[in-house]
Amino acid sequence: MTKHMSLITAKNLSKTYATDSVEVKALQEVSFEIKAGSFLTFVGPSGSGKTTLLNLIGCLDKPSGGILEVAGADVIRLDRRVAAAFRGENIGFVFQSFNLMPVLTAFENVEYPLVMVQNLPAGERRARVLELLDAVAMSDQKDKLPDQLSGGQKQRIAIARALVTRPKLVLADEPTANLDHETAYTIIRLMKKMRDDLNTTFIFSTHDTRIIGEAEIICTLEDGKLIRCEGTHG
Amino acid sequence: MGKLFKIALRNLRRYKRRTALTVSLIAFGVIFVLVFVAITGSFKQLMITQITDSYLGNLQIHRRGYVASIDNLPLSLNLTPAQVSVVEKALDGIQEIEARSERIKFGALFSTFAETSNIRINGVYPEKEFAACPRMPSRIVQGEKGVSALQRGKILVPELLARGFKTKIGDTVVVVATNKDGSVNGKTFLVSGILESATGPGGRDGYIHFEDAMEILRLQGKEVSEIAVRVKSLGRVGETAQNIRARLDGEGQKQGKSGFEIHTWAQLSPFANIANMIDLMTFFIKLMLIAIVLISILNVMIMAVYERVREIGTIAAIGTSPRKILSLFLVEGFCLGLTGAVAGVLLALGIIVALNLSKLSFSFGQATGLILAPTIAPLEVLTASVMVIVVSVLASLQPAYKASRMEPIDALRHV
Repeated sequence: MTKHMSLITAKNLSKTYATDSVEVKALQEVSFEIKAGSFLTFVGPSGSGKTTLLNLIGCLDKPSGGILEVAGADVIRLDRRVAAAFRGENIGFVFQSFNLMPVLTAFENVEYPLVMVQNLPAGERRARVLELLDAVAMSDQKDKLPDQLSGGQKQRIAIARALVTRPKLVLADEPTANLDHETAYTIIRLMKKMRDDLNTTFIFSTHDTRIIGEAEIICTLEDGKLIRCEGTHG
Repeated sequence: MGKLFKIALRNLRRYKRRTALTVSLIAFGVIFVLVFVAITGSFKQLMITQITDSYLGNLQIHRRGYVASIDNLPLSLNLTPAQVSVVEKALDGIQEIEARSERIKFGALFSTFAETSNIRINGVYPEKEFAACPRMPSRIVQGEKGVSALQRGKILVPELLARGFKTKIGDTVVVVATNKDGSVNGKTFLVSGILESATGPGGRDGYIHFEDAMEILRLQGKEVSEIAVRVKSLGRVGETAQNIRARLDGEGQKQGKSGFEIHTWAQLSPFANIANMIDLMTFFIKLMLIAIVLISILNVMIMAVYERVREIGTIAAIGTSPRKILSLFLVEGFCLGLTGAVAGVLLALGIIVALNLSKLSFSFGQATGLILAPTIAPLEVLTASVMVIVVSVLASLQPAYKASRMEPIDALRHV
């Protein structure tokens, strides 16, 4: 997919959580388009719907209403098994708490999706993993287990893992929340560089005002509503 | 698949103490089962051999109705010479048969001229009897040990009578019996040996030559109470009995039934009930092993899933299929079972070797100083190992299924 083609289309997207007698409207009639190659952030206070929206785009959850297309697929209709395969092919994830497998080394963590999801041959796997470890400047740490790495290093490995399958889209929910400012800034810059190098769309959520400015498009959510999107590719 | 095993093994190493405890528990169960099977199997085999090789034979052939009246030793239910000929002809064609011994059995009076008591006389051809029951000579506690002890005119006296009547080797005794016509006849014998009982202190079986028995009973032809058969493979005695039955089927029929009865040792000896009890106990011990494995693996795998909910959410989110997640936990259960089984088998084999080296002895009935030599068949080891591994995988199934069905979004939220 070339840059600036529409990768994600959402129309009147809503999500309501029902807990006992209480209904919580996490998202209300949200509509937007995100073009391929974007570097976009959803911002807003806690409870504004950032994580819910990322979960819907990432096919981890289903909306209560509306239309959502990701990479040309009507993701609302995907069943569990197909949704898993779709995520494995098209979407990379970076989590706030890194979520690396503690029993696998940095190399093996990055390699994991290629083994368990894409089932690539060993030679190709190794080449790809080494290339990405090099890209995130973690080649020299590849044999370390996650608990031997710093927070920033873990997040670099997580970014490499998200990109190793060559997805169209990487979703990062609060990727810098557990990092100090300097490291957070480095991670965001790294994500941006990877977008530039691989033309992968990056969408992240944050409420860290210090790094918001790094995003090319800033979409603001409040009380489940998309207030505005500002930026160069919006 | 290799990667699945690698991840599973590393996850097991992650909780070292718990894994070690579970493996130990499974190994303990395997050791218990294998050592129990080896000891009881050895005991059972020793006893069966003791009984069959000392006096019973592996199987016996009688005229129909004889066994039901065996306590009376009825001469009227002996196999007739014609029937004996039919049986011999049938047995001659069976390769599985190693030896056979025709016996004529009857109740008689045993007299030392000073005292008299009752005795069960077994008339046998010594060469044939010793071939069908090779441990018979070892029961002769005093006197001649070989076939010469049963040459014509000689008698092997049961220990019980010999002790009671203070009979010695070389004494002359008289055996008096009633034949099937009702007339009484007697014959003097030279005591050639004292025979210990194979079954207990009450044994009253004496042995004389077959032709001496015919003489006492005034038999015109070769009438036989039973034919004891020794087979080449005790494990296949049932098949051999079936083969003999098939060959004798239709011979000497009465009212549509064969004129012969074939019984294996298990149908003739009360020890078969003890052997069955041992088998039953072994079965329940194996059930206990299944329970141990099932509970320990289930427990550890439930814990593993519970502790790794976020990890499950992560791998599901990045696209791992539910089937692969299921496999991941099943492989973990498999590895636990395999490790426990291997450890258990190795230790059990070590214990069995140690028991053999220690040469533990025990007594059974009149037999003393029997050496316990536990052995275990490779099939038993394989069965126990496969059972443990299969149960381990089955026990992992529920937690693995639960993990595979987790919604990634719920799992990622788990704290």
